[in-house]
Amino acid sequence: MAMDNFARAFLLTEIVKGFLLTLKYMFFVPRVTINYPYEKGPISPRFRGEHALRRYPNGEERCIACKLCEAICPALAITIEAEPRDDGSRRTTRYDIDMTKCIYCGLCAEACPVDAIVEGPNFEFATETREELYYNKDRLLANGDRWEAQIAANLAADAPYR
Amino acid sequence: MLDLWNTYGVWTAWTLLYIVLIIVGVLLSVAYLTYAERKVLGGMQRRQGPITVGPFGLLQPIADGLKLFSKETVIPSQANRVVFLLAPVILFALSLMAWAVIPFDRDWVLANINVGVLYLFAVSSMGVYGVIMAGWASNSRYAFLGGLRSASQMVSYEVSMGLIIVCVLLCTGSLNLQDIVLAERPVWMQALLFPMLIVFLISILAETNRAPFDLPEGESEITGGFMVEYSAMAFALFFLGEYANMILMSAMTTVLFLGGWLPPFGMDFLAFVPGIVWFALKTAAILFFFIWARATLPRFRYDQLMRLGWKVFLPFTLIWVVLTAGVLLTFDALPG
Repeated sequence: MAMDNFARAFLLTEIVKGFLLTLKYMFFVPRVTINYPYEKGPISPRFRGEHALRRYPNGEERCIACKLCEAICPALAITIEAEPRDDGSRRTTRYDIDMTKCIYCGLCAEACPVDAIVEGPNFEFATETREELYYNKDRLLANGDRWEAQIAANLAADAPYR
Repeated sequence: MLDLWNTYGVWTAWTLLYIVLIIVGVLLSVAYLTYAERKVLGGMQRRQGPITVGPFGLLQPIADGLKLFSKETVIPSQANRVVFLLAPVILFALSLMAWAVIPFDRDWVLANINVGVLYLFAVSSMGVYGVIMAGWASNSRYAFLGGLRSASQMVSYEVSMGLIIVCVLLCTGSLNLQDIVLAERPVWMQALLFPMLIVFLISILAETNRAPFDLPEGESEITGGFMVEYSAMAFALFFLGEYANMILMSAMTTVLFLGGWLPPFGMDFLAFVPGIVWFALKTAAILFFFIWARATLPRFRYDQLMRLGWKVFLPFTLIWVVLTAGVLLTFDALPG
């Protein structure tokens, strides 16, 4: 046994094995790095990114100012004011989300009865000032217009599980 | 006056040109060795290494150099200024000095002196002064520990390196590096020298303070060791010195064991390739081993390092010197 160990130590068998392993990793195992700004990892349809307010295909806003999202928001990030519009339908006059407070829990999207407020697939909305992160209704609607195709696809993909 | 110019001036001018060529070559190799190291380490760790600066990140070493140039040299208030600044200069100068005797190709050598091996050995041993001066002059505990470790480590491994070189000298019968390369080496002699090549490869890892023997730096235990207080150009000199030393040691291994600029394995039909290409390829192969070892092996504990140096390598090389001498004497193959 002692001779065995001695021979193994002197012939460096274990070290040679280690060297072969690293060599194998260099040439035969694919890299795992993603070149972030140019390549991106896959994102689930349930991904909770930047918020958006959606519209119906005819251009009417979905939001009916029920304020369920405001009520459920655990971070108190949502502020809504509402009054009846000229045609009598109830709409928001103000819909603000403070993105610095938001914890991206997705409860607002879950609470919404008309799928108006959703969290879209966008996660690249870093800004240089804090003020830019206080989103108002215009900004949220603009987000909705910009990401609608993907948001609709994501909602459709997740529909069987809701 | 013209006579004087013809006798000495021309020779001096050519020599200066050669020196500049060698230094530029070494510095460029150092720059791209750091690039290669990061690429190879990245590959072995399933990463990519530098890719953004220039095509394939090829300009990365230049960007790093520019960054170091533009930084401020911080000198600790308690440090001994002169020694503190002298240490990196010594280390760097020594790592360049040794290149004078390395034969890059047949007769492509700056100083073809008869005691080339001795010169090489002496110059590479002097490097420990730079390290220990840096460790002492920084007036910092970590730096001092690093300096002490480095000094004892380099001294310990030089002993067995010396004995390995004796083995080579027994087989070649010359201290001139060019003669060592050209010496006739039958297969049985190669086989006799092969274990020494392995021990030599491990020893040069310790001699250049590279992983797994990077205790003098030991980032995770003594935060950079003797280099801990250095910044900007002073640090860059240490860095250049360390990598130039790696290349030097690889070149030394190439000359002593791998037949320098000659085609590998005695394949004479490949002799049409310029010798410097073979020399560079062999050196690069050993440098790859340096980086490979760094990617593979964890750092030794200090007592393990000393045990390996004094209790394994020293007796082993000593026995091998006797064995080599005995074999050469028995078969009447002693050169010269």
